[in-house]
Amino acid sequence: MNKNLYGFAALFKTPDEIIEAAKKTAEAGYQKYDIHSPYPVHGIDRAMKLKASKLGFITLVFGLTGSAIALLLMYWTMSVDYPMIIGGKPFFALPAFVPITFELTVLLATLATVIGMITFFFRFPENDHPLHDTEYMKKVSCDHYGLVIEAKDKLFNETKVRELLNSLRPLSIEEIYYPEKETYPVLETKFVTFLILIALLTSGVTYFALNKLLYMQPFTWMMDQPKLNPQKQSTLFADGYGMRAPVKGTVARGFLPYPFTGQNAPTDVLLNPYLPTKENLQLGEQKYLTFCSPCHGNFGDGDSRLRGQFPNPPSLHSTRAREFSDGMIYHIITNGQNVMPSYASQITREERWAIVNYIRVLQRAKNAKSSDLQVVNKETGTNASN
Amino acid sequence: MHIDYSQEAPAVAGRLTLSQIEELVARPLDTKPDRKYFIALSISGSLLLLGAICLGISFYYGIGLWGNNQPVGWAVPIVNFVFWVGIGHAGTLISAILFLLRQKWRTGIARFAEAMTIFAVICAGIFPVIHTGRPWLAGYLLPYPNQHSLWVNFTSPLLWDVFAVSTYFTVSLVFWYIGLIPDFATLRDRTTSKVKKTIYSIFSLGWRHSSRHWQHYEKAYMLLAGFATPLVLSVHTIVSFDFAVSILPGWHTTIFPPYFVAGAIFSGFAMVVTVLVFVRKIFNLENIITLDHLEKMNKVILATGMMVGYAYGMEFFIAWYSGVQAEQFVFINRAFGPYAWAYWIMVSCNVIFPQLFWFRKFRRSIPVMFVIVILVNVGMWFERFVITVTSLHRDFLPSSWGYYKPTFFDMGILLGSFGLFFTLVILFTKSLPVVSISEVKAVADGAQPTHRGGHHE
Repeated sequence: MNKNLYGFAALFKTPDEIIEAAKKTAEAGYQKYDIHSPYPVHGIDRAMKLKASKLGFITLVFGLTGSAIALLLMYWTMSVDYPMIIGGKPFFALPAFVPITFELTVLLATLATVIGMITFFFRFPENDHPLHDTEYMKKVSCDHYGLVIEAKDKLFNETKVRELLNSLRPLSIEEIYYPEKETYPVLETKFVTFLILIALLTSGVTYFALNKLLYMQPFTWMMDQPKLNPQKQSTLFADGYGMRAPVKGTVARGFLPYPFTGQNAPTDVLLNPYLPTKENLQLGEQKYLTFCSPCHGNFGDGDSRLRGQFPNPPSLHSTRAREFSDGMIYHIITNGQNVMPSYASQITREERWAIVNYIRVLQRAKNAKSSDLQVVNKETGTNASN
Repeated sequence: MHIDYSQEAPAVAGRLTLSQIEELVARPLDTKPDRKYFIALSISGSLLLLGAICLGISFYYGIGLWGNNQPVGWAVPIVNFVFWVGIGHAGTLISAILFLLRQKWRTGIARFAEAMTIFAVICAGIFPVIHTGRPWLAGYLLPYPNQHSLWVNFTSPLLWDVFAVSTYFTVSLVFWYIGLIPDFATLRDRTTSKVKKTIYSIFSLGWRHSSRHWQHYEKAYMLLAGFATPLVLSVHTIVSFDFAVSILPGWHTTIFPPYFVAGAIFSGFAMVVTVLVFVRKIFNLENIITLDHLEKMNKVILATGMMVGYAYGMEFFIAWYSGVQAEQFVFINRAFGPYAWAYWIMVSCNVIFPQLFWFRKFRRSIPVMFVIVILVNVGMWFERFVITVTSLHRDFLPSSWGYYKPTFFDMGILLGSFGLFFTLVILFTKSLPVVSISEVKAVADGAQPTHRGGHHE
């Protein structure tokens, strides 16, 4: 026999008969048998001597996991990662967390129960089971009740099983065989083509959505609005500019006139009104690093990434620069010199003087005397020498 | 007409055999749709198209096309949301709560009601999302580690809603699908078409009606019903929190959660009856969805209608009893102000007309019940309109009072949601078994063992 026997299947017409059949089969000691009915028949699990379903444990474990995830997530986001007082509630507002905890518990428990049942308890999907497409399956799917004793059972003996089934007086007895040849519908050309088509479609739609659709109206995050933007053209004004200049002669708040604007080397410049205090020097350092260091270098050596251009950014440690008065450095920052533009609009007056003070610190540090070392040693309690 | 109420009416009338039940339910799937079907589909499809066009225009030009404006910022979109979520509640009530209460008559209507739940929640889900104006940014409603380092506000009822409605939809869908698995297997084994067989095989997952599986299946169904029951109560409770947790007079009411849940069941049952009176006629299911079932549903409508009526009265009593002037003004304004017409439509449709169901003759008359349930549907839409709009339109500063009117686009989108709902319902009737075949078989005459005269274990 080249066919592989799966088992014997007997059909019955009434629920009473199937209960009786289940009882007799269980009493005969068979383990690998099954009852098939179009709907759950009351009392069949008792007749088959089945143990109670353990499905509830999955539900319990995953339900509790859902509660824990919800509570921990809300605790971490609202109390640790980004604590914020909302409506006067505490950071860990348990009553307000109840709804979401409940919902996540239900969600996880339900999904786990169903997925666990289908995959773990049923081992589904299983469309290649030998019972499928049999006359037997068609009947129990509609209005019959069936008993199958599998050939795999330890007690399986063809004559004995036939005897038992015949004693139950079934409508019919069918021999069920495994399919002669295993087929892999997954490898069929049709299915593979189908998969490839789906892959192409999905990637096409994703590409379109992310690269094209998101840049079309109205999905553009309100990028296109009927309002005037700076730097944008406008048909409203005769000159075509969207950005408007203030009315001529407008004076900005806090404006102080600077008398040396446009002069290259004023003989008489302002005096430094700020003392080089610690705060003032810190401000100066910060502003120097932001505005001056891109050209003059972090320590005023003129060694920034612009070195090698023409004209080279000059060092601030040249004799000429060291001999500038405070007012002259202030004037250069305010007015600009050669290719250096005016920084008057970016740096406030106070900040400019702070930068001047800081440049003085840099200049002094580059030209330290041995007497300075003694002062440092005295102040810090160290004993450094040259 | 004499009915003996001392005996429970059989869940399946006409002494149908198991194969007859299967034949009846599966027939619409085996036959080609007729002309009437396409007429119905084209009507609902046209409504859907109207809604889609109105939505498209609203997205393009912005939601300024709607009537919402200060002081009425929450208007028809929110009304529609609450209305549709409410419709959904009947399905879960029938499939879960009546299951736990061992009500056999639920088997004939459960599948359809569950399907309506899913479709209604789909309709509902559209509205809060479009109400934000830019629905394609709805992803920000979910807590995920984003580049802004921002989290959602877990203490806000609006966020609870996101979780409640999405959980509700997922659980309903899973519950529905679990119920469909044995039916897919039955359809797989009876169909002759190869394409259909492939589809049914995929969705049946290879179900073979094994008793070893039925045992876990019944356990799972019980567990799911146990979860769906508090879930369905929680969903409309949380929807009512959207209003009740605010401190606005007219919204800030502790009666809202039970009142909303009763109203949801009320409107849901009304919608189920509305659709079932057609379905049982068109698909010849009078023996499976019997007049007794409809009568029982009408009783539920009567009971929940009275609960809603009680809530209407209690709101007025509490407004008076609280002694809060603003609260009292809102309720007087509700009943006698500019929106009195809406208020009295609501009261008459929800409280007065359902009283006819006290009479058996009206409970069992198809035309009468159809008229009443339509009125209930209208009344329940107006209930949400009254709650939302009348509490907002006259706020604390008389100079900013206003009169809200929905625009053409508001109404177009509402009609569109009905179009979506009925399109889905119509497609469902021809593509899936509208009645659970395995469940109805299990309650048919002679389907369960007699235990040979022995006592029932």
